[in-house]
Order: sequence, then C-alpha cells, then structure tokens
Amino acid sequence: MSTLLRSRYAVGLGFLAAAVVLFAVAPLVLTDFRLNLLGKYLCYAMVAVGIGLAWGRGGMLTLGQGVFFGIGAYLMAMHLKLADAGPGESPDFMTLISSDGVPWWWEPFRSGTVTVVAILVLPALLATLLGLATFRRRVRGAYFAILSQALAAAFAILLIGNPATTGGSTGLNNFRGFFGFSLRDPANRLMLYFIAAGALLAMLVVARQLMVSRYGELLVACRDSEERVRFLGYDPATVKTVAFAVAALMAGIGGALFVPIVGIISPNDVGVVPSIGLLIGVAIGGRTTLAGPALGAIAVAWAASTLSEQFPSGWTYVQGLMFMLVVAFLPGGIASLVTLRRRRRADRPPGGAADRPVPEPAGGAQR
Amino acid sequence: METLVTQVFNGLSVGSILLLAALGLSLTFGQMGVINMAHGEFIMAGAYTAFVVQQTLGAAGLSLVLSLPLAFGIGGLLGVVLELTLLRRMYHRPLDTLLVTWGVALVLQQLARDIFGTAGVDVAAPAWLAGPVQILGFSFPRSRLFILVLAVLAVTAVVMALRYTSLGRRIRATVQNRQLAESSGISTRRTDMLTFFIGSGLAGVAGVALTLMGSISPNLGSSYIVDAFLVVIVGGLGQLKGAIIAAFSLGVAQSWIEYTTTASIAKVLVLALVVAFLQFRPQGIFTLRTRSLV
Repeated sequence: MSTLLRSRYAVGLGFLAAAVVLFAVAPLVLTDFRLNLLGKYLCYAMVAVGIGLAWGRGGMLTLGQGVFFGIGAYLMAMHLKLADAGPGESPDFMTLISSDGVPWWWEPFRSGTVTVVAILVLPALLATLLGLATFRRRVRGAYFAILSQALAAAFAILLIGNPATTGGSTGLNNFRGFFGFSLRDPANRLMLYFIAAGALLAMLVVARQLMVSRYGELLVACRDSEERVRFLGYDPATVKTVAFAVAALMAGIGGALFVPIVGIISPNDVGVVPSIGLLIGVAIGGRTTLAGPALGAIAVAWAASTLSEQFPSGWTYVQGLMFMLVVAFLPGGIASLVTLRRRRRADRPPGGAADRPVPEPAGGAQR
Repeated sequence: METLVTQVFNGLSVGSILLLAALGLSLTFGQMGVINMAHGEFIMAGAYTAFVVQQTLGAAGLSLVLSLPLAFGIGGLLGVVLELTLLRRMYHRPLDTLLVTWGVALVLQQLARDIFGTAGVDVAAPAWLAGPVQILGFSFPRSRLFILVLAVLAVTAVVMALRYTSLGRRIRATVQNRQLAESSGISTRRTDMLTFFIGSGLAGVAGVALTLMGSISPNLGSSYIVDAFLVVIVGGLGQLKGAIIAAFSLGVAQSWIEYTTTASIAKVLVLALVVAFLQFRPQGIFTLRTRSLV
C-alpha cells in the first residue's frame, strides 16, 4: 500500500513538474520560434499518448494514427480556410482551380462549433467502426496492423487524388486567423502554445485515470490473454475498441492543434511513413508507461528537426537504426532502463510479472 | 466485350504483379510469423539490379535474362542477412519484427536515394517485349503478358518446390507444427534461413518485372508493400493458393473499380472490400485448421 501511495505522489509531482516546465520555464527560456516548434512536438506527443494506450497497454499496433491525426487536422484546416475566405466565399486555392464554389461537404465547417464537434467526434467514430469491424471478428495482431496501415495509405491517396477539394499533395496552408484571432500576432501564438500544453496535460491525466482504473486492467488483460478475458465474461472487442477510439480522439485533437501551430497540413504529414514514424518515439520512451510515449515523441521530433536541418539524409538513417536497435534490443524503451536500475537497487531479481516490458499478445501473428 | 476483356486482362496483369510481390511475403510470413516490411525494398533492390546490369551490359534482351537470376540472388542474400542479424532474435514477437524491418526499409530506401538519386531511372525493355500482340482479335501489351507468364512460372516453381523437394517438405512441416518438425529432426533454423532466401529472392524477381512497367525510384517498394500485405491477409496466412486467388481477385477488383471511378477511390473501395471480406472469413480464404480458440 505504501508503494502505491508513493507512486501516487510521484505521479502527482511528475504532473506538477511537467506543468511548471510547459507553462513557466519553456515560455521564458525559448524564443518565439523555438516555442512554436515545441508546440508542434506537443501535438505529436498527444498522438503518442493515444498510441501508448492502444499499443503499449492494449497490444494493438496501429500503423494508421496518421489518419485520425489527419482528419482532425483537415477539419480544422477547412474551417480556417473558410473563415479566412469570409462568409459565402471560396478559399483561395479553390478559386484558382475551378469556379464551382465550395463543395457541399465543406459547407458545415464554416461554423466553428460544428468543426470543433466534428474534430472530437469523427476520428473516434471512424476508429469505433473500424475497431468493431475488426476486433469483433477477432482480427488482430499483424492483421490489424496491416489493415490500419492500408487505411493510412488509402487516406493519403484519397487526399492526393482530389486536389480541387483537399489541396492535393500541397495540402492546405496559408492560414491567417484562428477563431477570430490573427495567427501573425505573437501573443496569439503564445496562447496557441498554452492550449496545446494544456491539452497534452489533460490527455496525460485521462490516460493515467484509464490506466489505473478497472478498465485499464481489463485492457492489459486483453493484451496478455484475450481468451481468458472472454472466459471471465467480458467482451475483449469492446474493451479494445474503446482504447482505439480514445487513441483516435487524442490523435484528432493533436492534428487539429497542429494546423494553426505549424500552418500547413498535407498528405506528407498523414500517410504511411509519418504514421509509422509516430511509433518510434513511443517505442523509445517506453510504450507501456504513462509519460514515456509523450517524452519519447517530443525527443524524437526534436531530434528529427535538429538533425534534418544539418544532415537532410542523415535523419532517415538515424530513424531506421533507432527502429532496429530500440525495438530489437530494448523493447521496453528507455523507461525499462529506469525500472531495471530501480530493481537492481532494490536487490530484487528482475522479472516481476506486473511491469515486465513485454507487451506482445502471445502468438499475435499466428491468429 | 472489348472493354470486358481489356479490363479483365488489366486486372490479371495487376494481379500478377501483386502475386509476384506477395508470393515471397506469404512464404516468410507463413513460415516464421515474421512481417517483413523490408520486402518492398528487396523488390526495389531487384529493380535496381536490373538497372545496373543494363548499364553495364547495354543489350536489353540479354540483361533482362541475366537480371532475373541475379536479382533473385541479391534479394535472397539481403533476406538471409536480415534473418541472421535481426529476425532470428525476435521469435514470438511478430509485431516487433514489423517495426524492426520498417527500420531496415528506411535505411535501404535512403541508401538507394544516396546511390541512385531520388529521380526515377528507366530500364529499356528488350525489342521482343515492345508493342502489343494479337490474340483472338484482341491486342495485349507484350510486357504485361511477360509479367503474367513470369508470375505463373514463379508460382509453379514454388509450388513444385514445396510439394516435391525435401526442402519443401521441411518448410511445410515447419509451418504446420514447428515443435513437432524440430523433434522429427528437421533443423528449423536452417529451414527458416532457406525459406527467407527463397521468399526474398522472389521479391528481387518481382523487382525486375516491375522495371517493365515504368521507371524505378527508391519509393518503388513502399508503393507495393501495402497491397502485397493485403493479398497475404485475404489469402490466409502462409497459404499459396489463397495468395494466388487473392492477388487476382484484388487485381481485377481494383482495375474494374478504377475503370468505373478513379484510382484513388478504387484504393479506398478495395480496402473496404477487404475489411468486409474479413467479416466473413477473418483468417483469409484458406486457413490451417488448428485447435486454437479462434
């Protein structure tokens, strides 16, 4: 009981420290440009928190989070484009291509409220439908991973194939305002950063609550032995679908905030490659932990922009090597190093069943 | 009638490419439960082999004939190296092999970019593959017929090898029951390595075939890998006949939908078809009957 209490204090202190760093330290020490970059990394971290839930806790390797990220992002981008254009007018890139006006499925997103609701609902809804369709039929492991990857591929192809309505491979960019605030004003950009930081912290709280709840235990149980969960009278499909939908929701919000912060969304940000790229941060940070995915995603995104500034092609090698080395030799991520050391210090033999960093469902691909 | 024949032929043509790409994948996936994302890059390696051979030799016909076995060897060697260095350590972690081989794929892609440049390069088709051929009043492009024949030959070779050679028997035994095969004196490690050689070699052959379809670039493999995986999933784990049926059905479906709508909608609809299909047969067209709970 005392360890539980201690871990509760530790988590609380961790949250406090994260809040202080995000809200006080970072704005003070970073330039406007760097702070904006950090805001972008925070958006990736939001996706990572969701992946941590679905993959680390639930054993669902999802290679298609870019789709949910992209839906959130494109919905936001559509609204921003329409708002920039003014009531009844078409966004600039559309008038360049054709004079048919705004397509019917763009129209609802003239309203900010509709857009926000859609960002919160659509990714989760799509994930629920896909989750029910696959998990109910006990499609899992590698099969699920490939399906989610195919979804990402199809999504990117769909976006590229419709330049008149989605901007094609250029995507949507050049936004001027954000719900009535000018995006050129540094004060408003600071506000955007604070919104992103707040959203990430809120998601971490939600993830923590899910993890320690009864539901969280069921989710881990599904990961480790789905049959046993079924025999105990629970429906693993529902349990897994909920986690997948929550992950999609987080990715959607991350995408929606990405758009005003970064100023562009294109198929390059949502296809197969970025979708899988999101995983490496989660793997490095420690997929089964709470803070690991978020910290890993921020670190990897930071390394990516720093390294690719200097060695454009070098980053791909580094990313590839990280995938190989971390996943093959350190499946628990950096976080497992910490727990290993803690265990050694406590002079206990490693291999406690509770937090063993082996999150694979037994024989996933055999199914 | 004309469109029907043309569309079915186009579908079979797309299907034969899918089959060539998926054949090796199905072998290695079924054998070890390994999901090799670098398979697409082995295809790319095969394509660049054909390019290099042609640059050295010049003669289009001779270089195509020479490239096929050479690409098989290069693809196979890449596969064996991958198996020996990384995948061997990762039994029972199929999802992790996916990520590890994705890393390998990234490195190989970037390597190709640094060596051959990002722009596409062309491999000239030999004169005897240029132009169409008339069969029963319909004209078919010769290069596509060649790929179709190549796919049929590759499948026949693999089926024959699996059915009649001792290696084939060992492979089938290992797929069906690894422990029992091991205890019957089969070296499953050796079998794994050889399966990987054959499977990855087939990727190399597929790469050579793709040079007949258009220019090759470092992204070549990644554009086929997702479709190839869908074929494997629809066909059923490690089931060659499933892969064959799945490749041609998906090929025909895709080119037919593409004909009536657009290429991007076809991709989405084919994916929807696959998901719908899995509602009826979650394990693909053919499955090994086991006593597992699923």
